[in-house]
Amino acid sequence: MALGFLSRLKDGLQRSTQKLSDNLSSVVTRRRLDDAALDALEEALIASDLGTKVAARVIAAFRRSRFGRDITDAEIRDALAAEIAAILAPIAQPLRLDPARHPHVILVAGVNGTGKTTTIGKFAQMWAGQGLRPVLVAGDTFRAAAVEQLQIWGNRTGAPVIAGPANTDAAGLAFDALTRARADAADILLIDTAGRLHNKSALMQELQKIIRVLRKQDPSAPHSVLLVLDATTGQNAIEQVRVFKEMVDVTGLIVTKLDGSARGGIVVALAEEFALPVHAVGVGEQAEDLRPFDAMVFARGLVGI
Amino acid sequence: MFDSLSDKLNSTFDRFRGRGTLDAEDVAEALREIRLALLDADVALPVVKDFIARVRERASGAEVMDSVTPGQQVIKIVNDSMVEALGGAGAVPLNLNAVAPVPILLVGLQGSGKTTTAGKLALRLAQKARKKVLLASLDTQRPAAQDQLAQLATRAGVPSLPIVAGQTPLEIARRALDVGRREVYDIVILDTAGRLSIDQALMDEVKSVRDATSPAETLLVVDAMTGQDAVNTARAFNEALGVSGIVLTRMDGDARGGAALSMRAITGAPIKFTGSGEKLDALEEFHPERVASRILGLGDVVGLVEKAAETLDQEEAEALAAKMARGKFDLEDYRKQLNQISKMGSLSSIVGMLPGMGQLKDQLGKANLDSSVLKRQVAIISSMTKTERAKPDILKASRKKRIAAGSGTSVQEVNKLLKNFDDISDMMKRMQKLGQKGLMRHGMSALMPGRFGGAKH
Ligand SMILES: Nc1nc2c(ncn2[C@@H]2O[C@H](COP(=O)(O)OP(=O)(O)OP(=O)(O)O)[C@@H](O)[C@H]2O)c(=O)[nH]1
Ligand SMILES: Nc1nc2c(ncn2[C@@H]2O[C@H](COP(=O)(O)OP(=O)(O)OP(=O)(O)O)[C@@H](O)[C@H]2O)c(=O)[nH]1
Ligand SMILES: [Mg+2]
Ligand SMILES: [Mg+2]
Repeated sequence: MALGFLSRLKDGLQRSTQKLSDNLSSVVTRRRLDDAALDALEEALIASDLGTKVAARVIAAFRRSRFGRDITDAEIRDALAAEIAAILAPIAQPLRLDPARHPHVILVAGVNGTGKTTTIGKFAQMWAGQGLRPVLVAGDTFRAAAVEQLQIWGNRTGAPVIAGPANTDAAGLAFDALTRARADAADILLIDTAGRLHNKSALMQELQKIIRVLRKQDPSAPHSVLLVLDATTGQNAIEQVRVFKEMVDVTGLIVTKLDGSARGGIVVALAEEFALPVHAVGVGEQAEDLRPFDAMVFARGLVGI
Repeated sequence: MFDSLSDKLNSTFDRFRGRGTLDAEDVAEALREIRLALLDADVALPVVKDFIARVRERASGAEVMDSVTPGQQVIKIVNDSMVEALGGAGAVPLNLNAVAPVPILLVGLQGSGKTTTAGKLALRLAQKARKKVLLASLDTQRPAAQDQLAQLATRAGVPSLPIVAGQTPLEIARRALDVGRREVYDIVILDTAGRLSIDQALMDEVKSVRDATSPAETLLVVDAMTGQDAVNTARAFNEALGVSGIVLTRMDGDARGGAALSMRAITGAPIKFTGSGEKLDALEEFHPERVASRILGLGDVVGLVEKAAETLDQEEAEALAAKMARGKFDLEDYRKQLNQISKMGSLSSIVGMLPGMGQLKDQLGKANLDSSVLKRQVAIISSMTKTERAKPDILKASRKKRIAAGSGTSVQEVNKLLKNFDDISDMMKRMQKLGQKGLMRHGMSALMPGRFGGAKH
């Protein structure tokens, strides 16, 4: 089972890094790791969204250890992957639920369209499969059919969905949902929120309000605040994480859409800058398309192996 | 996070001032900075390379004019090239030259904003162009997708195709055109499921829809925050479908939007609209000049003014402007302005929109200057008497001490506020001197004290 997971993730990543592999193939036909080869490697990393600064740092470290050596394709890829995996290893941490909490409250946030609602569906499926009892809260009371969308995920996964009438106050709804989930001793309360751009301060304050209201009931809530990032996002992801972290104390990241052609290299920059854990990655639109974030698999994916 | 490109180029070129022409070495150094700035703005690498080559050609050997610094001159070349690469002046309208009902097909990656854009286009075509529009969702993949479009249609006040469960996208498309013909619609907007460009089955499916409907417009809807992957997406969708136009969504964010250039360069298709919000009226025609300076970090003055107009209290703003014009601007006005600024969002995001303010943004970022600082400044002014606010010159040590105590701050903070106020008054005076025309010509950077970089006089 676990192996199947890994190989599917690897499949997804491999497809997603086809372009980078092509770039790298042209690099690695050279025998000697010289300036030109390093420049090409650096460009390959930039083309996978690592950003100019991080790509330069990774290559500088790589240069120190290997410059001028005769080196094969496989060695270059392995070594570069290891270099990147070392950066990512500390942030590869699964989401740990606190079994003492009934429920463990999870607030799911992010900019528009990144995959928040879908990720909640995937988590519900996973935890329901483990015999836990997740409850979903339709906290996106703004977007058209957001409630209906989450309700379908509830049906698919057998998780109850708590929703209010259209345009209810999300904070009030979250408060009521927590009351009910506590009474029912649910294991996990997954709160969906409307997508919001980090530079809209009124919307960010709304999110803070949800947290404030939850804390009236359980001062330790929310126990996790997940920021969902889209792997196709470029350098702006850094600003997203910075602001969400500042405003709502994000505890971990989810990276979605890694089944596409985007490689999600921004995760390397995020690891260096914020060191927030990446709990899982999304590799499709279905309930079972959630995978653990594995530093080595991801890094090897980035360099095309 | 990064200095604006204009700051960087100005400092790069400071050394070369006084020479007659830009030589190859100067240009090469500038081009390195431009390359980095473009990559930081998420322009895709192959597109950056082409762009740099074009700028090199234009900049090499260009004569340095007396009136501007070499840095400014290169910036102008870069900016002009960027505007050109984005499509040149003026917006490209939708092509509606086809037999009614004219089909418009929306395609793109998951979550890029297709369904919302479908609603926005419907509203626009119905209201501004007085067309009879039908909305139809071909999205049988995403949970509640058809429901979402139906709700948006209601909000836009246009009909949507009744939902029939179990139909394939192709069947829905055919039904939409049938209804469109029978009920004499002018336009039928077809929203499709999000799909990955590497998902062969789904790409084939949308191809069959295209073949069956021959849309007058096939619009690729793209998130302005997209990174390097823009190339893959643009190429794949264009090869499969022949993209006729691009819609860039989430321009209300603070991404630099380099994807715009990538998309345009790879598909050759014009960017027709930008989305700037979740509401249905948040759709604008594309303005290459604005997006060019945004990508280059030269600031988006127009965008800033619009944002201000959106959030500011109009009357208060006009009263302030009148006072500024008369050169009368006191601490009470400054307090009002601070209040207005805090309504507009984080200070650094606003400052980032101003040209030549990269360094200041950096300083602001480091000092963690946020709305809390604004609030403290407001508190300080609130602790002053009316006379003090009108005549800050009378503020000596003892008064400052009282104000600091009253506002729960320190005398240093009071001093800092007064210094800020001085800077701003200074700016007002420059503005007066420049007048409206000067402001247009030099941009906001003309107003900044020299140490902030920007235009030199
Ligand atoms: N290919 C792929 N698609 C995904 C993945 N995760 C989500 N999606 C799709 O992305 C689109 C947006 O997902 P949502 O879950 O609605 O995103 P959201 O963040 O809740 O969006 P808003 O609530 O509108 O801000 C949908 O079409 C999803 O099916 C993923 O890992 N891979
Ligand atoms: N801030 C902002 N949000 C937008 C804009 N356009 C769309 N959105 C939001 O982005 C999210 C996704 O929009 P959708 O229209 O559902 O995207 P889609 O491409 O139809 O998604 P799929 O059908 O799942 O592929 C929603 O939360 C929208 O409200 C925009 O210009 N600005
Ligand atoms: Mg959602
Ligand atoms: Mg849609």
